[in-house]
Amino acid sequence: MEVYLDNSATTKCYDSVKEIVQKVMCEDYGNPSSMHKKGVEAEKYIKETKEILAKLLKVQEKEIYFTSGGTESDNLALIGTARANHRSGKHLITTSIEHPAILNTMQYLENEEGFRVTYLPVDSEGKIRLDALQEALCEETILVSIMYVNNEMGSVQPIDQAVKIVKDYNKNILFHVDAVQGFGKYKIYPKKLSVDLLSISGHKIHGPKGIGALYVNEKTKIKPIIFGGEQQKNIRSGTENVPGIAGLGMAAKEIYTNLDEKVAHMRQLKQRFITGVMKIEDTTIHGRYDETSAPHIISVGIAGIRSEVLLHTLEEKGIYVSSGSACASNHPAISGVLKGIGAKNEFLDATIRFSLSEFTTEEEIDYTLETLYNCIPMLRRYTRH
Amino acid sequence: MKFQSFLIKYGEIGIKGKNRYIFEDALMRQIRFALKDVEGTFNVHKAQGRVYVDCNGEFDYDETVAGLKRVFGIVGICPVIHVEDKGFDELKKVVVNYMDEMYPDKNTTFKVEARRGKKSYPKNSMEINCEIGEAILEAFPEIKVDVHKPAIKLNIEVREEIYIYSEIIPGPGGMPVGTNGKAMLLLSGGIDSPVAGYMISKRGVGLEATYFHAPPYTSERAKQKVIDLAKLVSKYSGPIKLNIVNFTDIQLYIYDKCPHDELTIIMRRYMMKIAEHFAKESGCLGLITGESIGQVASQTMQSLMATNDVCSLPVYRPVIGFDKQEIVDIAEKIDTYETSILPFEDCCTIFVAKHPVTKPNLNIIRRSEENLAEKIDELFEQAIQTVETIVVKP
Repeated sequence: MEVYLDNSATTKCYDSVKEIVQKVMCEDYGNPSSMHKKGVEAEKYIKETKEILAKLLKVQEKEIYFTSGGTESDNLALIGTARANHRSGKHLITTSIEHPAILNTMQYLENEEGFRVTYLPVDSEGKIRLDALQEALCEETILVSIMYVNNEMGSVQPIDQAVKIVKDYNKNILFHVDAVQGFGKYKIYPKKLSVDLLSISGHKIHGPKGIGALYVNEKTKIKPIIFGGEQQKNIRSGTENVPGIAGLGMAAKEIYTNLDEKVAHMRQLKQRFITGVMKIEDTTIHGRYDETSAPHIISVGIAGIRSEVLLHTLEEKGIYVSSGSACASNHPAISGVLKGIGAKNEFLDATIRFSLSEFTTEEEIDYTLETLYNCIPMLRRYTRH
Repeated sequence: MKFQSFLIKYGEIGIKGKNRYIFEDALMRQIRFALKDVEGTFNVHKAQGRVYVDCNGEFDYDETVAGLKRVFGIVGICPVIHVEDKGFDELKKVVVNYMDEMYPDKNTTFKVEARRGKKSYPKNSMEINCEIGEAILEAFPEIKVDVHKPAIKLNIEVREEIYIYSEIIPGPGGMPVGTNGKAMLLLSGGIDSPVAGYMISKRGVGLEATYFHAPPYTSERAKQKVIDLAKLVSKYSGPIKLNIVNFTDIQLYIYDKCPHDELTIIMRRYMMKIAEHFAKESGCLGLITGESIGQVASQTMQSLMATNDVCSLPVYRPVIGFDKQEIVDIAEKIDTYETSILPFEDCCTIFVAKHPVTKPNLNIIRRSEENLAEKIDELFEQAIQTVETIVVKP
């Protein structure tokens, strides 16, 4: 049995996505900048995806830019606005549990471009401390970036309250949301939230890899970070990834169809899984796992077993999971997020992330639990002394 | 400058008397192997007791030289230009041009060394030396002749065509692989064992390798890393037959039955036994490890004695007297370092005790191993039966 529980790392493409990507690659392969019919055809796909995203996010089509993925969206959002607005101040705020696409970009701005960055701490549930946000704001602050759903433990950040605090302090401060893990699980309306920039990614919502988008409020000042043929109003040069864009649009449309049912399905499985896992001794679920947490992410600490070993044991049984965050787990440093929430030492290198999708079944969850029950006692017997 | 061939200089193999042809043939075989994927058409041949690589038509000079630099047995690589014999005056012109292009800084010394293979050529080698030398001196007033220690030794060989060369690019030395049997390398994912394999291979020894993996404690990536390392070493050694042994059950069994501080040493004894089994099976004449005295607990003199104890084949440890940095330097030179330092757990460290024995007593170790009597033969057999064997080529 193959059980894919690493949907926060990436997801399987919808069949409809595969079909449209293939069609664009092999039939409607024109360059959208070309003057002829082939170009016009290609442009239509871009237009369609813009329409879809604009409708889902309740923003204007002209406020959508396509990028190579979540990482580039985050880079463009942070570097592009920091550079465009640095005359108003050189202070940026983010959280200590962001994805490396945010954290490393912030560090770049700190080290190379003279910005000062505040990294907000989180509470034991993995949520940012709003009092710390309030305190961090100053006259120099020009940008705040907070993720929607944390990728390692699934904590949902209080974006609406955070935006209110920021905008009450100074309405000119820009607010960016990395919604890579939240988009496709929640209905997110940047304008209602007063969010100025929002990143999304294709391959987390059953779309293709190598495509993402950034919403930029029309009033937001932003500079490009790559240069070329001045496509996308010169904010993001480079021939548009039309197959990817078409795939992103299709995936977004499909994932938001019957969203409530899908989320309810995931929640029910998540609950089933957690109930099962809790029966194992010396385990813990990091953060909250009620309705206020993301429906698809479960971070489980299993004392006495290094996550890598458990991961490979599950792999042998056809179950695919992550240790910590897949993006960060190439260098097996201990998770900063777990440290940030004050997780006990015994769980720091003994935490596995299970992440579900709408395709996950009850049978798969039960098989995974069964496998855990069988292998954990054996694994706990052999440890380093 | 456009070269048409390379003259291959080889040191040691030139002195092997009647066996010489064996070495030369092996050298040519290895050169062909090294140039297999290089852009160009190459003809590797012997002529007048020398090995030449003729490059027909267009070829990638840098890739060719890089390939030749990996062939053990080559001491020097001389890029040669071929000139059609159109009379001596024409030759002078060509040589002067050659000097001008090769050596923009004329403030140097040179010597002409002619060899006349084609005896019908109107001038003998002394005359060629003098007259070509004169022509060069006339063309470049700053240049000087030094017959004892010239900076540039300009070789002119007269055959059907005339060959001109002066540069010697150093080769790796050693002896051509295949002239000294083969040996079994215990290959881990670390820095030392690929270097050890390289060094033994440099003496003309073909390589096979054995790697121990311990799923789920070690990952697919750790295994892939070892395959990648074998691939890098095989650029020098030629294809490597790699045995991938699943070691988990033996390891867990030792863990269950023996004192934890002896775990590593007992484990290594079984690794040696298994490697030796495969070595004997395929006619290897020795084992190779990357051990260096005192580097870790399992590499003290006592530990080495304890692991050596289980083998009847000689165990070669070419980096035994090297410091870590010296090994790293070679790893960087042969391009294995970056792969070696990728952070994947290998099976030697997963259960390592906090304080492993550093001075194991052989009698005590043997006695501990008696605890394994019940199942170890079966597990040993199983490890051998389930081996995955792949041939790794560059």
